Amino acid sequence: MKPSVPSQPLVQERRSLRALVGRFDLRAYTMILALVVIWVFFALLNDAFLTPRNLSNLFLQMSVTAILAIGMVFVIVAGHIDLSVGSIVGLTGGVAAILQVWYGWPTLPVVVVTILLGIVIGLVHGWWVAYQAVPAFIVTLGGMMAYRGILMGITKGQTVAPLEDSFKAIGQTYVPATVGWMAAAAIVVLLYVAAFRRRAARQRYGFAVPSLAADMAKTTAIAALVLLFVFLMNQYKGIPVPIVLVLALAVLFTFLARRTTFGRHVYAIGGNVEAARLSGIPIRRRILTVFVLSGMLASLAGIVLTARVNAATIGAGTMYELDAIAACVIGGTSLMGGSGTILGAVLGALVMASLDNGMSIMNLETFWQYIVKGTILVLAVWVDMYSRRRQKA
Amino acid sequence: MTATAETTNAAVRGKERGASAPLRPWPRRTAVRGTEAREAMHAYALEMRNITKTFPGVKALDHVNLKVRKGEIHALCGENGAGKSTLMKVLSGFYPAGSYEGEIVIHGEVRRFQGIKDAERAGIAIIHQELALVQGMSVAENLFLGSEPARYGIIDEPRLYAEARRWLDLVGLSDVSPNTPVAQLGIGQQQLVEIAKALAKRADILILDEPTAALTESEVERLLRLLEDLRAKGVTCIYISHKLNEVFRLADTITVLRDGKTVGTYPAAELDENRVIALMVGRELTERFPRVARHPGDVVLSVRHFSVYDPHNPRKRVIDNVSFTVRKGEIVGIAGLMGAGRTELVSSLFGAFPGRTEGEVVVEGTRVRIASPRDAIAAGLALVPEDRKQLGLVLGMDVKANISMANLQRLSRYGVINENEEIRAAETSVRELRIKAASLETPVGALSGGNQQKVVLGKWLLAKPKVLLLDEPTRGIDVGAKYELYTLMNELVRHGVAIVMVSSELPEILGMSDRILVMREGRIVATFNREDATQENIMLAATGGVGA
Repeated sequence: MKPSVPSQPLVQERRSLRALVGRFDLRAYTMILALVVIWVFFALLNDAFLTPRNLSNLFLQMSVTAILAIGMVFVIVAGHIDLSVGSIVGLTGGVAAILQVWYGWPTLPVVVVTILLGIVIGLVHGWWVAYQAVPAFIVTLGGMMAYRGILMGITKGQTVAPLEDSFKAIGQTYVPATVGWMAAAAIVVLLYVAAFRRRAARQRYGFAVPSLAADMAKTTAIAALVLLFVFLMNQYKGIPVPIVLVLALAVLFTFLARRTTFGRHVYAIGGNVEAARLSGIPIRRRILTVFVLSGMLASLAGIVLTARVNAATIGAGTMYELDAIAACVIGGTSLMGGSGTILGAVLGALVMASLDNGMSIMNLETFWQYIVKGTILVLAVWVDMYSRRRQKA
Repeated sequence: MTATAETTNAAVRGKERGASAPLRPWPRRTAVRGTEAREAMHAYALEMRNITKTFPGVKALDHVNLKVRKGEIHALCGENGAGKSTLMKVLSGFYPAGSYEGEIVIHGEVRRFQGIKDAERAGIAIIHQELALVQGMSVAENLFLGSEPARYGIIDEPRLYAEARRWLDLVGLSDVSPNTPVAQLGIGQQQLVEIAKALAKRADILILDEPTAALTESEVERLLRLLEDLRAKGVTCIYISHKLNEVFRLADTITVLRDGKTVGTYPAAELDENRVIALMVGRELTERFPRVARHPGDVVLSVRHFSVYDPHNPRKRVIDNVSFTVRKGEIVGIAGLMGAGRTELVSSLFGAFPGRTEGEVVVEGTRVRIASPRDAIAAGLALVPEDRKQLGLVLGMDVKANISMANLQRLSRYGVINENEEIRAAETSVRELRIKAASLETPVGALSGGNQQKVVLGKWLLAKPKVLLLDEPTRGIDVGAKYELYTLMNELVRHGVAIVMVSSELPEILGMSDRILVMREGRIVATFNREDATQENIMLAATGGVGA
């Protein structure tokens, strides 16, 4: 008798898995839903909230946190933490201002040197964490204190201001309406081209593709969102330059996370470092790179902040690391490592900025703002944990 | 279902009373059995009646019945996913009353457990596959974790240690001091500490889930003897194991589950290993090891005077001057007892062992230097590690990403992954290895053990290795999936891959290998051709007996 290979009853398992996948999508939607609820809530309480002017301000306010959060996602996904980004923002902003205000450097070299400084700081962190095995919490906690100290030392406790117009432009100008529309049109065209090319590639490989109608509906929805955003921003002064930066970084880093070997390696390291090692992934180099990216983004955030307020102060960026971590966590990044998205973190930053902005408009006292934000953070994680538990049981 | 279970149980009683009961030297059990007719209800320490447990979309248990008599060792057999663990989680209160249908009767009384604490109070203790001891605490502290002898919240240390001594003696750990940190004990001793902990909680129904999976032969022996001893003292025990020889050595009664249903309850004396396997899979497996004729080719891997030093003790050699060769298209089995250095050998060949190495590794005539898994992969080696969840897979990632993980370089250009190539590669693996998953986007954590192992294998086959190192490739995998893995190994060998397989299952070593190396204390102490190898001469060599 020919021995037969027993078949296992997987149909049932399959059904439960589909339920699981369905819930995963739900989590992303909950995030957007929460944002909409917050906006509607504030809009009902105050007419000024949903005006183009205020929305423009809102986006501007979230830009620094969003840039930091984008870098932080990779760090947290890799299973580490970066507590130093707030101090890096302060230090790099201070260095930029000193180079320009005290030494009269033109804007471009200032920006280049500042970003290089961020990269070097990231390299130092990465070396300590990856090659010397000192926990990231400690390394970056040390950095957080040390960089704040260096900032105080080099500025001698003074506020360094004012900066040149070309520098301020990074944080204060708006993309003119016509340029905004042209860019939007180009992006919409690109979206459709990309959608068709993706379909064509899949068909070339002989894979099933979703129906054309479904694909087009999805692309059109995204295109509509792009156009709506540009329209709203143009109602006021145009798209703020820092927001252009945030969006570009979000797209770039999403690509890094989802489409590159680097991104895949980082998620694998965070998910199971031993399995990653045995799969030939160079753990240390990847960790080093993650910290370099975080440091680089922090220096970018430092430039934006300094440009926006047109000054460098010794207190700049204080506690920003916690805002960035909160944004990641609200956006669904797991502190255990291995999972999290850039889009989620940016939305998380938007949620936090919306709360800040809405409460300010309502003239709520500062102490209330802290209490509300703290509560929302815990609730957001609770909802996340609760939904995960439900999935398991 | 109930009716059949009832009749078989009646058969058990009749048979044992007639034939085997007089041979057994435990008066207490015969006494119990004698009153059985009058107190049929109380003869059972435990009854689970018509238990049905549904997860969203899945019926994990479907009217399962389990009746365990007082003071017996009752084995629960079934393939992975048959529902054994779910049933035990229902019993131990992990799933609270109300989350399942049916009833649980303990010593004749219907019980509704709201949690694990409730079940413990009713005398039920479960000892998991993964040990639940706090490594940094002492044995005594672990024994009474959560129920420390204390007054006003202050722990009564002398009493703690005195009581610990008593329980340790009971489980045969007289040589272990209660002060010893658990981390200093071997796995086997830790297992016994777990049992002592359960007994200290006054448990009289013990559930052991794959207790011997990580134990050495002598530790297994010690455990089995303890269980027999406890049975003599009237402790009831539910024993879950894939190792049928242990089941037959211990069990009085065997209940087989399949696909969430009770197949039946039988006296152990009425069954044999093949019969149990047939009941588990629902058919007779005439051949457990598919055997094909092989024609080994040239030498692919040659290891010469290879030594590995203990990372914690730089003078101690974990692997001591080992030399062997592996030819294209053959399977070399490595047998040996736990701790003989088999895992250390394959993982250090793969560059994954932290200790310093000495000696030569030659792949296809070229000497290679392997300092990391990356070097090993480049040299054409692949390792399927022993512990797939800890070392082989990223459980939260999907099937596709796990399969492509070691091959991203080939699937990408300028560091950008070609998604479609990746999907194609993963689809090919899923098809060829017959991996059963809802989709490529399914997280591997949701797959069964056998399918997870196939994903690990798929990852390495994609890398097209010359030498495939397999460390306990079928551990914790059910019989059907094992057979599929063996078939796959045959196919690989036919395509010219050389396989080195470490296994603790002698039938598997004998059934699959062309040549067998036996290791003891870091050395290769014997080499057998397949024709000459028997369980006896392998064990003899492994234990250091004469004739090796």
